[in-house]
Amino acid sequence: MSTRLANGGRLIDRNAKVDFTLNGKRLSGFAGDTLASALLGEDQMLMGRSFKYHRPRGVVASGAEEPNALMNLGEGNTFEPNARATTTPLFGGLKAASQNHWPSLEFDVGAINKHLSRFLPAGFYYKMFIHPRPLWKHVYEPFIRRSAGLGRAPEAEARDPDTYEHFYHHTDVLIIGGGTAGLSAALTAGRAGLDVTLMEQNAEWGGRAPVDATCGGPSEIDGVSVDEWINNAIQALEKMKNVTLRTRTMGAGVYDHGYVLCYERLRDHAPELDGPRHRLWKVRAQQIITATGAIERPLSFAGNDIPGVMLASAVRDYAVNYGVSAGDRTVVVTNNDDAYRTAIAMVQAGLSVPAIVDARTMADQGLVSQARALGIEVKQGMGIAKVKGTKRVTGVALCLQAGEGAVLEEIKCDVVAMSGGWSPVVHMWSHCGGKLTWDEDGQFFRPDPDRAPTSHDGKAFVSVAGAANGHMMLGAGLADGASCAAKVVAACGKKVKAKDPVPSATDVTEAPMAPVWIMPQGANISLRAKMWLDYQNDVKVSDVQLAAQEGYESVEHTKRYTTLGMATDQGKLSNINGLAVLSGALNAPIPAVGTTTFRPPYTPISMGSIAGEAKGDIFQPMRRSPLHDWHDDNGVYWEPVGHWRRPYCYTRDGESHADAVNREVKNTRENLGLLDASTLGKIIVKGPDAGRFLDMLYTNMMSNLKVGRCRYGLMCSENGFLMDDGVVARIDEDTWLCHTTSGGADHIHQHMEEWLQTEWWDLKVYVANVTEQYGQIAVVGPNARKVLETLGGMDVSQDALSFMGWADGTLAGIDVRIFRISFSGELSYEIAVKAGQARALWDAIYKAGQGFGVMPYGTETLHVLRAEKGFIMIGDETDGTVIPQDLNLQWALSKKKEDYLGKRAHERSFMADPARWKLVGLLTTDRSVIPDGAYAVADGVNDNGQRNTQGRITSSYYSATMERGIAMALVKDGPDRMGEVLTFPKTDGTEVRAEIVDPVFYDKEGAKQNV
Amino acid sequence: MSKAISALNGQRFEGAVTVKDLGPRGMITLRGDLSSAAVKKAATSVSGAEMPQAGMCTIAKDQGIAWMSPDELLVVLPYADVDGAIAKMGKTLKDTHHLLADVSDARSIIRVQGTGVRDVIAKLSPADMRPSSFAVGTMRRTRMAQVAAAFWMRDARTIDVICFRSVSEYVFGILSAAAAEGAEVYPK
Repeated sequence: MSTRLANGGRLIDRNAKVDFTLNGKRLSGFAGDTLASALLGEDQMLMGRSFKYHRPRGVVASGAEEPNALMNLGEGNTFEPNARATTTPLFGGLKAASQNHWPSLEFDVGAINKHLSRFLPAGFYYKMFIHPRPLWKHVYEPFIRRSAGLGRAPEAEARDPDTYEHFYHHTDVLIIGGGTAGLSAALTAGRAGLDVTLMEQNAEWGGRAPVDATCGGPSEIDGVSVDEWINNAIQALEKMKNVTLRTRTMGAGVYDHGYVLCYERLRDHAPELDGPRHRLWKVRAQQIITATGAIERPLSFAGNDIPGVMLASAVRDYAVNYGVSAGDRTVVVTNNDDAYRTAIAMVQAGLSVPAIVDARTMADQGLVSQARALGIEVKQGMGIAKVKGTKRVTGVALCLQAGEGAVLEEIKCDVVAMSGGWSPVVHMWSHCGGKLTWDEDGQFFRPDPDRAPTSHDGKAFVSVAGAANGHMMLGAGLADGASCAAKVVAACGKKVKAKDPVPSATDVTEAPMAPVWIMPQGANISLRAKMWLDYQNDVKVSDVQLAAQEGYESVEHTKRYTTLGMATDQGKLSNINGLAVLSGALNAPIPAVGTTTFRPPYTPISMGSIAGEAKGDIFQPMRRSPLHDWHDDNGVYWEPVGHWRRPYCYTRDGESHADAVNREVKNTRENLGLLDASTLGKIIVKGPDAGRFLDMLYTNMMSNLKVGRCRYGLMCSENGFLMDDGVVARIDEDTWLCHTTSGGADHIHQHMEEWLQTEWWDLKVYVANVTEQYGQIAVVGPNARKVLETLGGMDVSQDALSFMGWADGTLAGIDVRIFRISFSGELSYEIAVKAGQARALWDAIYKAGQGFGVMPYGTETLHVLRAEKGFIMIGDETDGTVIPQDLNLQWALSKKKEDYLGKRAHERSFMADPARWKLVGLLTTDRSVIPDGAYAVADGVNDNGQRNTQGRITSSYYSATMERGIAMALVKDGPDRMGEVLTFPKTDGTEVRAEIVDPVFYDKEGAKQNV
Repeated sequence: MSKAISALNGQRFEGAVTVKDLGPRGMITLRGDLSSAAVKKAATSVSGAEMPQAGMCTIAKDQGIAWMSPDELLVVLPYADVDGAIAKMGKTLKDTHHLLADVSDARSIIRVQGTGVRDVIAKLSPADMRPSSFAVGTMRRTRMAQVAAAFWMRDARTIDVICFRSVSEYVFGILSAAAAEGAEVYPK
């Protein structure tokens, strides 16, 4: 039985009862509880099932290292899997559900897997499922996914109602960990006047010193109680304006150049509050101190995964912090002195400790004497042969640690508090390349100060303090915090005053710990097969030994072969024990075996915190043209074009999109169409050398363009591939306005700046991207001139403004610049207007156009109109592998110019190859529309047994003008094969045939646009 | 001539910090050699402000100059004054290599005001917003969440943000979310 004690519990408020449920069962705890402590208080030791064998699992730890107690939290929109009960703060109405069991936590059919355990050894997945291949996909994987697996994914349609955010924080010194060493470091760095940020993952400051102070000590720092010293330290730090303090904020990852992600959980303990649930701090620190403490290691004895076997530190944490007893009778098993504190704490709580089983034999001093003085029996040189019980510990069988496991006696108990020593939390140190060194005394890896993570200047930017640095004693940790901070202060260019106080505590003398990796050391295979290393992934001592036997010598390989440390806890408990077993099996020293790689985040952080504010309306920027609202009010069907939304078409009552497009096409050809072309890129290029510069950028000549005229131009990349196209207008003697594609505006602007800044810096040219300064309205169709004349303000006649000319003036009293250019083949005016007046102009034209059959048209109609004219579209006819020659655009490749970007590339043999596929038009023999992207097949098959191909559709539309399907395609020897019929297989198994024709389907002479 | 409309048309959000559209504002991009006397004269004469140091701006009330890059300034002034100012600057710069462009309609200007204004910006921009790095008068061209933006510190509680017109709604949205009640990084 685990239960709530009558007294104790420094973190809970016994006056504030909190109700919650587990698997629908109503339970209660107190404010300040974690979910784990509340469950234990309600005698709920069983908290989960293991991944592979579905073994019943109880809580093992009291903090972030917990491997077993993973829960589903919430439901519906707030459902979240894999929450660690030990770090989940309890709140009223919390709904928890246990994971990985079927049909119930108490009775799980999957547990039958444990009887199959001899058939599920290390590497089982590799060995069993590799052949035959189809069985993996169709049989094994679905079965394993159903029977195993941890939390389930949220429902596909669930939407998290909470908000999240990022916060960029700059500081001189970031200290990760608000235990006593971190506090000590913060005091020193804070007093030196640096900007100091101190992050603590728990809700309380001080780490585990306050717990240990109650059971074996030390109980005082600087002559006051540990609790009081911590309070004083926090008060002192709060008074310093240069210090930022955060609880519930975990250091998640350390990256290059002092970049650190910290994960703040603002409302996990109080979901009723306003504001974001989590905040991801993106910290840029000059120096980082990791004061992340240490994690206790389990011991490997048979049955060490039975619920009731817990870390010794966790057993006393639950008693001291939450007033919860894990059980009435606790057997402590240890290889070090620290675990004696648990025995002392249990006796102080009025509970029974039948024995301390100590694998060592050593003198009676310090904590050992204290325990004996309390009447606790200490059995030296002993170990646990096996734990008795299935869903709950009922007792232990003891043996000699030095032996093979012959049972000497049995002791009834319901808790086994184990301690295999402590491992510094070196994760933050290691994330960015900090190296470790093996500490023989403590039997752990600790940071090697000579091989710290270094920044751009080759100097260390991460330091480590306290238990994380291997200083496991309180006094030593405090001193280490201060001295570490002093060094960091110096690295930041400041000084610590000589009289700056260093907090001190008198450490209790502890006897050396003994390395115990297997208990008993000579255990036979049947015992070793019941010694769990990784609880979550069901990896046992025997699995690691088998991996070594099968040749997996590298720790990284063993990890992947056995899945040791690959679960959601990332091996926080299993890491050192696993590699110690591996080193034993390989007969190599532990440091020679090494560790696996520590990667961020330290413990899982929420997906929401990573997404930050990006959800709902602000998931992504949506670029709106100045006419956006008009479109929205007039039946628009939107099409995303990059981040822009552009009208695809405007539907009228009951119309399909296809109907709408056909109507828009016909109306534009016959009457008057309006297009919002505001997204078109507009870049001003100005300077005495602007003409030279543009001649280099475009394949054709731009320097000889006359003021007042426009010219279509092509741009190629250095490799000769078509990159962008558009109309260039010459504004004055040294100013050109370059129009780019909508998607190309930013890119071409950058492209220009790059060449000007890095290669042609001697050219006197400035560029400015004025894309968004102007709305651009295309007025298109036979009635285009009439409507503009109705508005009045400037002469738009053929004489005054001829095809490919431009003019400034006013329309309906609004300043405009009109370009007489056409992407449709019709009489067309593109009118640029200041964005703030674009809507007024559009309204005026639309109103005046009522007498001329005006209709707005969208991008699909734009595409059909241009395809009917055989105009290419960047992104349709080009895909990054197409050169102007492929599109029969040789006319736009200047022969007069000595050089331009792409010219040399076009001379490469492959570019000049006459066999390159070239642009043609296609008319289907049955008038249907060929699927875009379809391939024309040729005779024979290739090496892969696929049909050979000879062409590919680049654009395909239903032409309302011609009342049939039309297409453009790149075809081998295309232009020389007019009249030939190609075959295009479709994905439905049928084929469509099409005749090769000239790509200009409509008004070949260009008469209609030039009137 | 019809009245110009800003993309946000005067929107306002009241949270822990206030976010509001400032409406149309004159903005002129001036590119040139910033050490040249003509460029300095062109910028200062129409704005009535001093030339800013690199990374700073000299915008007081509604007009002044912001440093944009080693060869670019942003001249800020009332919307109605832009055409006249460009003509005047053009004259001053007649014999100097330069580029002048009216970018008033290409941008929105959004005021973020209140205690904690630095933190609102710091949720969206990686810029160092500590007073020691970002004093009143500092100008920063940077990123806010997923788009380009720039801002300057007008006074201890006020930061003016400029962004491209097309993303005004987005920037207003992210600023409002960051400024919401309950989202204070350092609650009182």
